[in-house]
This record gives sequence, C-alpha cells and structure tokens, in this order.
Amino acid sequence: MVEPLFSVRGLKVALPDMTRKPLIGRAPLAEILKGLDFDLPRGSVTGIVGESGSGKSTLGRALVRLLEPSAGSIAFDGRDITHLPEAGLRPLRRDLQMIFQDPMSSLNPRRTIGSIIAAPLKQNGLGDRLKERIAEALQRVGLPQSFASRYRHELSGGQRQRVGIARALALSPKFVLADEIVSGLDVSTQAQILTLLEKLAAEMGLTVAFISHDLSVIRRLCKQVIVMREGRIVEASATDALFENPAEAYTRDLIVAIPLPEIDAGWLDVPAAAKAPT
Amino acid sequence: MNACLEINNLSAVLPNGQRVLRSVSLSVQPGEVRALVGESGAGKTMIGKAVLGVLPSSVRIVEGDMKLEGEDLGKLQPKARRTLIGARTALIPQDPLTALNPSRRIGPQMTDRLVRILGWGGEKADTRIRQLLDEVQIRDPDRVLKSYPHELSGGMRQRVLIAAAFAAEPRLIVADEPTTALDVTVQKQILRLIAALQREHGTAILFVTHDLGVVAKISQKVSVLYAGKVVEEADTVALFAAPQHPYTRALMAATPRYTDPFASLKPVDEAVLAGLAAEIAAADQAWRRPHG
Amino acid sequence: MDKASRRGLSPRLWLAGGWLLLALLAAIFAPLVAPQDPLAQDLMLERLPPFWLNGAEPGYWLGTDSLGRDLLSRLIFGGRIAFMVAFAAAIAACLVGSTLGLIAGYFGGWADRIISRIVDIWMAFPPVLFAILLVAVLGTGLSSVILAIAIIDWTRFCRVIRAEAMGQSRMDYVENARIAGYGRIGIMLREVLPNVVPSIVALLSLEMGIAVIVEAILSFVNLSISTDDPTWGGLIAEGRLSIHQAWWVLVFPLITLILTVLSFSQFGEALKTRFDPVLR
Repeated sequence: MVEPLFSVRGLKVALPDMTRKPLIGRAPLAEILKGLDFDLPRGSVTGIVGESGSGKSTLGRALVRLLEPSAGSIAFDGRDITHLPEAGLRPLRRDLQMIFQDPMSSLNPRRTIGSIIAAPLKQNGLGDRLKERIAEALQRVGLPQSFASRYRHELSGGQRQRVGIARALALSPKFVLADEIVSGLDVSTQAQILTLLEKLAAEMGLTVAFISHDLSVIRRLCKQVIVMREGRIVEASATDALFENPAEAYTRDLIVAIPLPEIDAGWLDVPAAAKAPT
Repeated sequence: MNACLEINNLSAVLPNGQRVLRSVSLSVQPGEVRALVGESGAGKTMIGKAVLGVLPSSVRIVEGDMKLEGEDLGKLQPKARRTLIGARTALIPQDPLTALNPSRRIGPQMTDRLVRILGWGGEKADTRIRQLLDEVQIRDPDRVLKSYPHELSGGMRQRVLIAAAFAAEPRLIVADEPTTALDVTVQKQILRLIAALQREHGTAILFVTHDLGVVAKISQKVSVLYAGKVVEEADTVALFAAPQHPYTRALMAATPRYTDPFASLKPVDEAVLAGLAAEIAAADQAWRRPHG
Repeated sequence: MDKASRRGLSPRLWLAGGWLLLALLAAIFAPLVAPQDPLAQDLMLERLPPFWLNGAEPGYWLGTDSLGRDLLSRLIFGGRIAFMVAFAAAIAACLVGSTLGLIAGYFGGWADRIISRIVDIWMAFPPVLFAILLVAVLGTGLSSVILAIAIIDWTRFCRVIRAEAMGQSRMDYVENARIAGYGRIGIMLREVLPNVVPSIVALLSLEMGIAVIVEAILSFVNLSISTDDPTWGGLIAEGRLSIHQAWWVLVFPLITLILTVLSFSQFGEALKTRFDPVLR
C-alpha cells in the first residue's frame, strides 16, 4: 500500500468569530473544523463537498497551511506540517499549490500575466529561462504566449481561470488545492476549465483536493468524495459508491436536491414523508 | 385574452451604438412561468429590467414595444407607467441581502410597498404580510417581522422577499436568478415555494436563470438567449425532448449531470460559437439597414 | 465617463495641471518674472488699484498694498514658500503616514492596534491649534512650519492607506503570493503597495493643497516665516486690514490660494484615475 500524500488526524481549526467580538478586546474563537480524520491518496482527485458553513474552504486553507490548526495533525508527504512556521513552509510551497475560486481577486490587477506566473518560479529557484517557462505554462492551459504581457482586466473569466491554473502548475507541484474554481463561470466555460484540469491532473499525476458545492461536477472529476457538514465529515467514500448508494440521509438529500436538466414533473412535489406533521 | 406580458421586437443599445438586446420578442401568458436562460452577457437580466422600467441610464431602448396586460408601456406618461408597473409587477431579486435595507426591520420594509404604492391601511397590510409569511412557511412571523435582515439566514431572507413579491397580488413577477446564491437543498425548497405560490395565486413569472436544471423544473415555456438575441423559443417539455438550435444543444451537453457524468460537461464546440457569431452579425446587418 | 477622459485627457487634469505648472514656474523663476522687487516700499505708490481701474500704474498689474509694494510680485514670491511647504510637508507626511498605514493594514494584530490608537489620539487634537502650538514650541521658520504640518497630517495618509491595505490583504492574490513562497514583507511591497499607490498619489496631491492652507493660516496668525518675506497667508492678513480702502490686496491672494488648493485636489483625483489600470 502506497503511503497517502496527506494524512490528517483529529484536525481542528478555530477562527475568531467577528460577529461576537466584544466592544473591547479580542473576538472569541469559533471552532470551524471539529476533528477530521482522512487521507488523500496520491495521484488522484478527491472531492470535498458541502453546503455553505460546512467548513470545506477552511479545510482547504488548512491543508495548504494558509491557516494553522488548533489541534490534531496534518502530515504531508510523510512530514508533519501542522505547526510548521512560515519560514519552514517556504521550501514546501513548491509542492503545495492552490487555484482560487475567484480568478479576478487572485490575480493582482497591477501585474502582467507573465509576471504573475513568474512569481512562484522566481521564488522557488526556477528564475532561469523564465520566458520559456512562462510560455510553457501558458501553452499547457491553451493560452497563446502573447498573453504574458496582458493584464487581468483584459482577459475573460475563463481565460483568467486558465491563468490561475497555469500559475499553480508552473512548479509541477505534488499537490493542488482547487477551491470552487468554476463556481463563478458560465456552464460552457466551466466545462472547458474542468476538462482542462482533468486532463492536466491525469498527465502530471497530480494529487488534487477539489472543493465544490456541486456534486454533479464532483461525480465527473473525482475518484473519492468527502462530504462535510458543519465542520464534520458526514461520509467519505469512492465516488461511484457514494452516488449509487449513499450511506447517509444527508448525502442523499444533497444528491436529489440537484435539479437535473431534464423534465421531471414530480421533482417539486413535497414528498409524503415531509408532509407529515413534525 | 391579452397576454400578461408581450414584448415585440425590442432592441436596446449602449451609448457606443452596440446592441445589447437584439429584436427580442416573447410573451408570458397569465399564470405561466417563462424561463429566460442564457450565459452571462446574454441580456436575460436586461429584459427583466426593461419590463420593470429600471434599465441603467446608459441603455436606451431604440425599437419595439412592451405590453403589460394589453397596455403599451411605451405610450404611457412616465408617472402613469410607474404606477402601472408598481401595481401589476414585482421582483424577486438574486441577492436577498442587498435587496433588503440592512438598517431597517423586516416588517416595515415588507408593508411599505403595500402602504405607499397601493395605498393600503397599515392593519390590512400587516394582515396580508402575515398571511403570506404563513404561505412561505415562516412559522414565527412575529420574530421575523421584528428582525433585521442580517439576523436571518439566506434561505429565510429569500422567503421574506418571495412573500413580499406575492403580497400585492401582482399579475407578473420577474424572478432574477432567485436561487443562485443559495445552497442546493435550500434552492429546492425555494423553488418549491415559488411554484406553489405561483400556482395558487395564478401569477405569471418571468424567470431569469443560467441553470438549465432550474429551467426544466420550474417553467412551462423557455426562451434561450445569446448576446441579447432569442436563439430558441419553445415549450419547456419540447425543448428538453428535442432542442433545435445548436447552441441550446451545446448548453445542454455542457451542463453537468451526475446521472451521466461522461456524457455531460462537454465544452462548447468552436463551430457552434462561430455559427452564433455569424448569426448575430447577420442579424445586426439586417437590422442596421433600415436604421441607418 | 467615456474612455478618452479616463485616459487623462480630461479638462480638469489640464486646467488643474496647467495652473499648478504656471504657478510653480513663476515661483521658481520669481526673480526673473516678478515685475518689481516684492519688498520695495514706495509711499508714493501706495494702494494703487489693479490695471483696469482708474489710477493704475503700468508695471503694477494687480496694484500695490498700503506700503506701495507690488502685489503681483509679492504673490509670485509668496508662491515660493507655498510650494516649498507644500512639497516638503506633504512628502514627509506621506512617507511617515503611508508606511505606518501599510504596516497597520497589512500586518494587522498588535502593530495595527498600536498604530491605530496613536492615530486616534492624534486626531483628537484640533489640527489648527495643534499647528499653532507646535510652531510656538519649534519656533518660527520654514523648517518648523514644514515639520509641524507633517507631524499633524501624517494621520490622514495612515488612515486611508491602512484601510486600503487591509482590503488588499484580504485579496486572494495575497494568499497566492504566500502559496508562491513569498515572505510577509515581500508580499507587502510586491502585491499590496502597488495597489495602494493611486490612493497615495491622490492623497499626496490633496495634502499639498492642505499644506498650502495650513501655511497660510500660520502666516495669517503671524506664526510662519519671518514677517518680511511675503507669504500668501501674510498677504491675506494684510489685505484684511485694508479691505475698505483696497479690496484687491485681500482678493487676489485669496483667489490664488483657492485656485491652487482646488487644483491640487483635482489634479490628484485625475492622476488617480489615470494611474489605475482597472479604472482606465
């Protein structure tokens, strides 16, 4: 059995709750993740799904250590990174990359696309042959080399997200976190971006954590799925098994709530069980 | 019988002369739900705004007419038009948070419209609002009416706005992506509510959405838009059984389906987009000729 | 607004910039362009009216004051002090305020708490009284005036830049830079600073206008530079005394002051739009 890339045990993350901040003094901590145990196997895409407030984005940020856990442990590639300080993380950043939800806010408006892609390269000792590497990264995501001199506002939504992918993959990382990367895109663009990520993940043998609220997309892209709710894991299993035979009622509810693009006259009817007085 | 809403050959332009609505025609019969579906920039929200008379000042209608229950909106004086639109239409907005004033309690915000526009008495308005809150299954109306918007969840806020929209018994509701910001399980509840209220009150709805799944579940008629042009118009059942336009087919193939993951999520073919661009260009040329 | 005017071809940029350039050049080359010696008194020529009124003398275009000194020349020489104060004080306030604001906004935490508290306390002092008090302590003179204005007004930069940096630090590209392996200072300079530069530029220009006003106020209460050198505030103070006999001695310095301050603020706003690739 190959050792998993990520091994997470008893993970807890608490963040300041600004809604309960007193007039004077610090905001009290609210526990967002309440003890998670899971592994991410190497070389495959794992879906993390949940509704708003489930903690899925917080989990993602903890994995790439943009947040520090308050308890538990995260082992990455056999190394404990739970409380590694910023300086200790820096050499690992090369292998811990991230694609953001909003390509608008993840690209600095004052930098050219070329300089945005160059940043992680320079910082990780790949500053030589920079022009070539940028062109390569752009080509990988199907963008022409001329895009290197453009700015964020000159690109369409889909092109911006391609740049986000190019940047994350420029270092050939071991792990990529993709946080709701298509939720702001039109369906036609969404399909392009997802098939691109699918293809690149397979070609480069990437381990991907794919965070999404959309189970339809997860079914296509992911080999296994973690279903989250209110900071806990509801269910984690292989994708096909999850869809064909969800173990938890919550998972089943999530699946049947998706409106499929096909006529189903009974979909909006209230099920008999729910009509009964509670 | 008059259609509830009839839009004929409506064209609107930006200051630079670019058309944002391209000879749009559509109608909504009383008690019917018509979906306007398209991607961003398709002009679907723009049509909703045109109907409600709230187009941004940069957009100018240059041709066509809109009839609300047979009354030609273009022929009315601005004040009469506002009164008519105010009395017969309502909006369910996309973002329930920005649609509500954060510094006022829910109650007065909901009754305001009934009191100011329809001239109802405070007590009558209050009774009506409570009745509607009951219909959207809000069980503790006293607490909700006394709350500020931020004290309610997203789903609750959307319920409040649905209740407010139906309260004045409008003939037509424009629903502008009302469930886009919501979680799927909440979306399903909200769609259920809208469908139930719509049926009960016999209200016509112009339902703006980008999601073909939502179209399939909520509407009887559908107009597919691209770049401000209606590319296909059909009964919803017929559209899903046999989509005619290549763009409609491409949209359906691009929409993910968990029941058939590998037959869905197909990127839109370049040839389809090229065909669309040619279609738009031809339409613009034909339109420009008589308009100089 | 259409695209052409966003690119900075707007009349307000030209008008404001034109006035500032004219005034600045006149101030720099004051000895060459001033028609008279600004200090030369001639009681034969007292209270001459401006050129279009009866009794005007050629060479004294805007008239003279009660001691027969040429008003235009005094305005031009007064501009030297006004601009010197404007540039030096605004840049000093900007450097201190923007640096602290950037640190407070980006790093947050205790750095923010300390800096913000200082700003709060600072802002509780009425600025003009604060300035008068400072100059009284530091003594009169050009450098004291500059120092006083910088000491009072750095908070203006600090507050605005802190808020902007705070907004910037929540942007995904800041996290993106961490993912890329940048350190905190590197991210602050590389990702945050360039995005607050347009605001700094606009504030800097605005602050120059404010510095001109504060200097004028200090001159007005006789606390600025030595009383011999003409300053705009000093001219206004003198003009106030002879308002009934010679209105022009008050009105022309006032117009000059207003035009300059307005031009600085308009120029800054126009520059901000021009600097911003997003608005452009």
